[in-house]
Amino acid sequence: MSGPAEVTEKAARAAAPTRGRSLARVATARRQWIVMAVLLAVACYAPFQLVPFRVFQLTMVLVYAVALLGLNLLVGHAGQISLGHGAFFAVGAYGSAIMIDRWDTPHLATLPVAAAVAFALGLALGLPAMRLRGLYLALVTLAIAIFLVPLLKRFEAVTGGSMGLTLGKPVPPAWTGLAEDQWLYFLALAVTVVAFLLAHGLLRSRVGRALHAVRDNEAAAEVMGVRLSFYKTLAFAWSAMFAGAAGCVYTWVIGFVSPDSFALTLSITLLASIVVGGLGSFSGPLLGGLFMMFVPSISQDVNDAAPGVIFGLLIIAVMYVAPTGLAGLAGRMTRSITKILRKE
Amino acid sequence: MLEVHDLTVRFGGITALDSVGFSVWSGEMVGLIGPNGAGKTTLFNCLTRRYDADAGEVRYEEENLLAVPPHAIAGLGIARTFQNLGLFGHMSVRDNILVGAHHTGGAGFLTAALWLPRVRREEARLRAEADSLLERLALTEVADHPAAGLPFGTLKRVELARALVGRPKLLLLDEPVNGLNSAEVEEFSGTLRALREEFDVTVVVVEHHMGFVMGICDRVVCLDFGRKIAEGPPAEVQRDPGVMRAYLGTAI
Repeated sequence: MSGPAEVTEKAARAAAPTRGRSLARVATARRQWIVMAVLLAVACYAPFQLVPFRVFQLTMVLVYAVALLGLNLLVGHAGQISLGHGAFFAVGAYGSAIMIDRWDTPHLATLPVAAAVAFALGLALGLPAMRLRGLYLALVTLAIAIFLVPLLKRFEAVTGGSMGLTLGKPVPPAWTGLAEDQWLYFLALAVTVVAFLLAHGLLRSRVGRALHAVRDNEAAAEVMGVRLSFYKTLAFAWSAMFAGAAGCVYTWVIGFVSPDSFALTLSITLLASIVVGGLGSFSGPLLGGLFMMFVPSISQDVNDAAPGVIFGLLIIAVMYVAPTGLAGLAGRMTRSITKILRKE
Repeated sequence: MLEVHDLTVRFGGITALDSVGFSVWSGEMVGLIGPNGAGKTTLFNCLTRRYDADAGEVRYEEENLLAVPPHAIAGLGIARTFQNLGLFGHMSVRDNILVGAHHTGGAGFLTAALWLPRVRREEARLRAEADSLLERLALTEVADHPAAGLPFGTLKRVELARALVGRPKLLLLDEPVNGLNSAEVEEFSGTLRALREEFDVTVVVVEHHMGFVMGICDRVVCLDFGRKIAEGPPAEVQRDPGVMRAYLGTAI
């Protein structure tokens, strides 16, 4: 009777959810861009409203976020582990410091060199290390972090030994009219934005999918034509490069490097922060950076005698409440809030 | 297209494949049957270079397949699915399928990070291809859902889509209808038959489901304890006394 009409109706009904869903996807993507734009606007506005010390703290959050972005690429996206990323951070920091100290290189010019050196070192160490997996890889990367400090103390003529190197900070150009702390903040912000854009491009492409495939199922990835050693090694090198870039900005901001700033604790804190921030998520590095900057000082306030204990307890608490990290928690909260709003 | 000669694989003292030899011609659909432990999956793993052969030769379009590194197999136009699913659990269904087209892309770390026009064009092409396969296999609904947590029958289709998106010449299916109910098996047979025409692909399928194998294959090879015991048209192999013995025991 109503044959054709029924058929078209059925087809329309079948197509409707698809169309609705793709519209929803576009909407989500647009909302993400709006959120990013608002965040960036707030980030640009903040340094004019805060006292220099707070601006410095935010600058450090950005520095850590860049390093964590690199670590996230390796741990969160490619599923490998590194207990030695503090070493690449240090290589970037010392690379920049030595160039400024020895040859009076302009601060900004040290960034590409520091990143390249960290990349090359990451590649050289990644080639053998990425043939290992799990605990063995963890041990090898741990060794990288362990031998670094004595190495830095040894070559005193170049690295300044245990005393470290003290350097001038970048001077804000007159046309900007910015104070030193604000200029540093904007430099760090620019590096962060570029780093996030690079990582974003990487992850949404064929390369990002290959890394995810390696993380989820190596055997199947290889059958799909993903060359495991190539992707793992380059993920390690890129990850080291981001850490090196972060280290370079660290040198600009602090104006001082010493071996003890880059001890094993730094590597461990980096790994803990990215796990707390949210592995494999876009906002994880930023949340991890906030955690890395503010939680130690908060724990210092809570209990002066044992900040380490409080820090550890806070990590446990976060992992208990949010096993997928702060980013996962934020996502869950947004979803439940939208659900509540929709009901009303 | 594919020639296997005297292929032997040993694990310790066990001989998983013992001088197995058969050929697959272009455009054919060959069924590989045999009781559990007959060496069917081992053979697949040899063809995709997951295992090394101890002796023998595999030629694929005049190329010595055993000398090709594992990651280069896909580039030669060989795709496979896995017996117990080899999907990427945290990735969306669409991304799973896109990984299947990995070898057809060329974006590297640097070009992708800079999101060059070339990469953008490639990405658009791959996505269009993936979307058409999603639609073809009725997966559009779940395209953005992570693979983990979807029903088994759906995941089997995702695997098939992932294998096909790279436009393979030779498709190796490892127990594609295992775990599906009879209606789903019927449906899968129809889909596979149509896709085979559409994609002009040669298929080798390992399967226990006799109805499925006998209904869809042009030729059947039967393995038992790592040896080939029969080869021929489905009806003939089905009547072969050796095959009956292997499957049902001796008292026939």
